[in-house]
Amino acid sequence: MRLWKEQIIFALISLTAYLAIGLALLLLIYLLVRGLPVLSLRFLLSPPLGMRGGGISTAIMGTILLLFFTALVSLPLGVASAIYLSEYTEGADPRLLRLIRVTINNLAGVPSIVYGLLGLSLFVLTLHLGLSIISASLTLSILTLPTVIAASEEALRAVPREFREASLALGATRWQTIRNIVLPSAYPGILTACILGLSRAAGETAPLLMTGAAYYIAGKTLNILGPFMALSTHIYYMSTQSPNPTLTRSIQYGSIAVLLLIVLSLNLAATVMRLRYRRSRR
Amino acid sequence: MRRGEKLIEALLLASASASIIFFLSIIVFLIKESLPLFAAVSPMRFLFGTVWNPASAINPRYGVLPLLSGSLLVVGIALVIAIPISLASAIYLSEIAEGHVGTILRGILELLAGVPSVVYGFIALVILSGLLHSLLHTTYRLNALNGALILSIMILPTITSIASDAISSIPKEFREASLALGATRWQTIRNIVLPSAKRGIIVASMLGVGRAIGETMAVLMATGNSPIITLNPLRSVETMTAAIAIEMGEVVYGSLHYHALFAVGLLLFIISLLINLSAIHLGYRGETR
Repeated sequence: MRLWKEQIIFALISLTAYLAIGLALLLLIYLLVRGLPVLSLRFLLSPPLGMRGGGISTAIMGTILLLFFTALVSLPLGVASAIYLSEYTEGADPRLLRLIRVTINNLAGVPSIVYGLLGLSLFVLTLHLGLSIISASLTLSILTLPTVIAASEEALRAVPREFREASLALGATRWQTIRNIVLPSAYPGILTACILGLSRAAGETAPLLMTGAAYYIAGKTLNILGPFMALSTHIYYMSTQSPNPTLTRSIQYGSIAVLLLIVLSLNLAATVMRLRYRRSRR
Repeated sequence: MRRGEKLIEALLLASASASIIFFLSIIVFLIKESLPLFAAVSPMRFLFGTVWNPASAINPRYGVLPLLSGSLLVVGIALVIAIPISLASAIYLSEIAEGHVGTILRGILELLAGVPSVVYGFIALVILSGLLHSLLHTTYRLNALNGALILSIMILPTITSIASDAISSIPKEFREASLALGATRWQTIRNIVLPSAKRGIIVASMLGVGRAIGETMAVLMATGNSPIITLNPLRSVETMTAAIAIEMGEVVYGSLHYHALFAVGLLLFIISLLINLSAIHLGYRGETR
């Protein structure tokens, strides 16, 4: 093949990559350009008025409460699972370890709407937690678990073997070694894992629709045992079911900007921490 | 102290096993909630019924075929668009990009992968559908093609980054041997690198399929949601995920309609599980890299 032909192929491949990634990025930037000017303290701190006006404080509060309760369950459970999978492999039944791994892998592939069905049937109805922040948070906890476990395990495995061996050789027990040596070294990576899990939870929408997200809640406060508003579901309801969606576009763009700022800054923090952490290891 | 150590180990094991319990409870609750439907409507009539009209007061019908065909149409078109583009992007990232460009593009891909699906849904609903309408003069503003386009944008980062990892993991020696024998860079990529990375590329595409078929908000807001069987990409269609999300909000708990939606969920769960298990069988080792 002649060299100029090769140049054309390479140019086409590069162009495709730039166009694809560039276009997607452009869409995001467009959303932010439309949404950021809407943001003001008033918009962020006042509650919605009948889905026709007002701010989005109730939805922001809902998202924060969901993240808080999700973190409460998902992070300890996820990090503990990762510690077991990474540090207790010696002496454990290899078939059990493999089963746990494959299961976590499969959990990661379960569509989020199916988690919603589980949440509705198990938490809302069977356990009588009702359509509530608690039911939704428990659902999100299970949904984010595979992300937290996978990323925490990666962080734990990055700790050199010699660290553990040195500690064990000095007479420390397995748990003492984990607590005093492994966890401190893996700490930035584990924090990254937790942030990634929460960023996934912040954007979830479909499972919330089935476990307690309400179209509209009057007033300024939310009860954790009752229905709630969240940023993600607010964007959905406002743009599809409100009386006149085209008249409230600015509220929709504003809500998107806030949600994107939360999710993107969490992701960015995770990426930066991981890169720094990798560099410092070298 | 030994008892403390044992206790901690037991607690950690219990946490790790929780995943198995959650996975089993998904299966148990999906089956438990689907059974009442299959007591009233035979599984054959559910699977091969051509009418989905569970809300009808006079003659409710529970055929899942329109929803299944809706999902397959949207996902099929999305893959035709996304796989070649993702593959080209993956080749660019791992074989062509030099220096910081690759790092920056990878960072952007990671950011894009983190964008919530409801935001993509909004893009499809407000921006993309308008563009399509002015380009193709569509009768239905919200249609299967609109859903497929937004899905392809959504799965692009997933397929690209996994495929690019697969390509990067091919040993340097393979390339060097090929180049030393006088092959050009493109010949090396086409005849040596891509065939060696085939498995990883297939896994990447399968995970893209899994992500696409389970996606809810983006397709729900994009496709118009009419449960009809069609191959016309410009018609409105309803996917399995969209039907569950929309109708579960209006349904009476415990009604046949409620149980029918769990049956749709069970079918969706089985499909995505099969896709995931095949990906694992082909060597997928989870999100950890």
